[in-house]
Amino acid sequence: SCAPPQNYPLYIRSIPTENELKFHYTVHTSLDVVDEKISAMGKALVDQRELYLGLLYPTEDYKVYGYVTNSKVKFVMVVDSSNTALRDNEIRSMFRKLHNSYTDIMCNPFYNPGDRIHSRAFDNTVTSMMMQVC
Amino acid sequence: ITEVCGAKRVGCFGPAQFYIALKLIAAAQSGLPVRIESIKNELPLPRFMAMKNDSEIRYGNPTEPHGVKFQVPHATLEKNSYKRTDEGDKQEPKSPPMSPICSPPASPSSYQRTHLSYGYGKSRNGLEQQHGAPYEVRHSTHQQDGPASGNYGAKSTRACSTLNRSLSVEREAPDSSAHYADDPWRITEEQRDYYVNQFLSLQPDLNAFISGSVAKNFFTKSKLPIPELSHIWELSDVDCNGALTLAEFCAAFHLVVARKNGYQLPETLPETLLPDYLQAASLKPIHDCALFDSYSEPLPGSQQTRDFNRLEKTSAEEVPDNSGLIKDASKDDKQVLKTSIAIKPIPKEFQHLTVKTVAQESIALRARPRSRSYSSTSIEDAMKKGEEPPTPPPRPQKSHSRASSLDLNKIFQQNAKAARSGWLPPPPPALPPRPSVTQTEQASEVELHPQMTRPPSQAEENSSAKKEVVLTQLPSKPVRRKFRTETQALENPELSPTINVTSSLPAVKPHLPVQKQSSKQKRAIQTAIRKNKEANAVLARLNSELQQQLK
Repeated sequence: SCAPPQNYPLYIRSIPTENELKFHYTVHTSLDVVDEKISAMGKALVDQRELYLGLLYPTEDYKVYGYVTNSKVKFVMVVDSSNTALRDNEIRSMFRKLHNSYTDIMCNPFYNPGDRIHSRAFDNTVTSMMMQVC
Repeated sequence: ITEVCGAKRVGCFGPAQFYIALKLIAAAQSGLPVRIESIKNELPLPRFMAMKNDSEIRYGNPTEPHGVKFQVPHATLEKNSYKRTDEGDKQEPKSPPMSPICSPPASPSSYQRTHLSYGYGKSRNGLEQQHGAPYEVRHSTHQQDGPASGNYGAKSTRACSTLNRSLSVEREAPDSSAHYADDPWRITEEQRDYYVNQFLSLQPDLNAFISGSVAKNFFTKSKLPIPELSHIWELSDVDCNGALTLAEFCAAFHLVVARKNGYQLPETLPETLLPDYLQAASLKPIHDCALFDSYSEPLPGSQQTRDFNRLEKTSAEEVPDNSGLIKDASKDDKQVLKTSIAIKPIPKEFQHLTVKTVAQESIALRARPRSRSYSSTSIEDAMKKGEEPPTPPPRPQKSHSRASSLDLNKIFQQNAKAARSGWLPPPPPALPPRPSVTQTEQASEVELHPQMTRPPSQAEENSSAKKEVVLTQLPSKPVRRKFRTETQALENPELSPTINVTSSLPAVKPHLPVQKQSSKQKRAIQTAIRKNKEANAVLARLNSELQQQLK
């Protein structure tokens, strides 16, 4: 999920598609945590920050990672905890890819910042990443 | 070969990959190394011989995906014969390959026919191209790729204008010209020039970028929806820097043009639109500049030849009903498209047509009119869209020229024996007059009967003038034309007995355009049909004059 400062999602994608609402909810709640962290950081703005939530609910375990860009666009990634193969570096690289894709979108003069993202290239990037994870 | 042709990269055999693969196969069979460069060599014999082997290989490899969106007919014999079996069958890529296997007598015989039809040597390639033309026409009809066939039309006209040079172009630039036909993602030279000019209007320096905002304003003028423009940008801005180089701009413009012509935008940028490809291609015109300069020069000249062709064609309307329909539709297209057609290849093409089995021809001919109506509407759309600023490139080039060139060529050959003294056809009528013209024409045809008893001398006087009138009436909507010629076919047997009443008119045997196997009989029938049509034309003219007298 990709959310600007106003905290409405520009882009949400989840695999598997059931329980999507739950993921959406998780993303929204995690945005608060991200905001908290941003304000806590103060001067150090441009940073690859991570938000690691442990078990949010006892029944399911998944990890939520966060990432903020210069323009305060937040990326939130929810991964299944059973996917223990995912390490920190991988998460960082995934966020980097996301950021690059997002930059490419911004380069498109037909894209207005604040619009929902319909870019197929972005979709493809996200899909490929999700395929790697799942 | 798969790797070289890029199929692995693209993930499937698109038309470009397919053709490259075929050429590589031919090259490999002729002993050349399998490299991209080898397909640029002249591959005359191997190409032909490769047809059989190639087809066998193809047949033996049913996994080769054939269901590409645009069945681009290849200008080689192999493709033509392959496509012939493929006609109208795109959804089942395997069945056409399998059918020749199942019916070996059929395919070798077809090959034999093609062997016989097309001699070798210099004329061969010309023949190939003309042979390609009818097949591709047929193919385009199935595809309903108006612009696509127009692409080929652009190619064939160019080829027709200078056979030798077109041969060299085809040989030396197989990627660009050999795959030209029907590939809507391939930028023709005319289009490229147009794009470059537009680029220059936005940005004087060819090597500089067009900034995003400038490009946005420019492409917004095309009135495509923003999401589509956004997608086009995504596809064309390969380096994602927010600015377009010349190549990127050409690609973007081409995508806009394609979209306006009704094509769905691809998910990924087609190979032929990649900037490095375009930049490589932009170097090619330097080599082929002789061709293209001459192309631009003959264009006005060939327009005159086109007029002449049309006039020759219409002066003796002795075509079978189906081809008459196509002729009319092609004239229609010609007026809209202003494609240039040379006279030279016409006889050869006609030879192909006569040698072909009549059944195939009739199938093709009947198939063509159907799509003709489809394609002509897209031409009209293209023409309408052409009025929006900035005026798009000569888009009509993409559509139907091929089919129209086929018709013109065939018809011209048929009329070659009975070439009348030329008279300039009227300028292309605007779209609105067509329906009314059609109606008057139909009315005049219906009233042919009462006019039968008119003195023959008057008919003769009016014959030349009548042809003029008929010509003006001919550029009518293909759908109506089809209907009319069908009725005309029915009327022909009726009319011919009554025509015999007028002594000056040639005695016409009431032949339906029955398809006969021997070419001689066919020619006789065609002659009879031609005479029939002449008589009809004469009488229709007579009728219109009388009606005017009544007023």
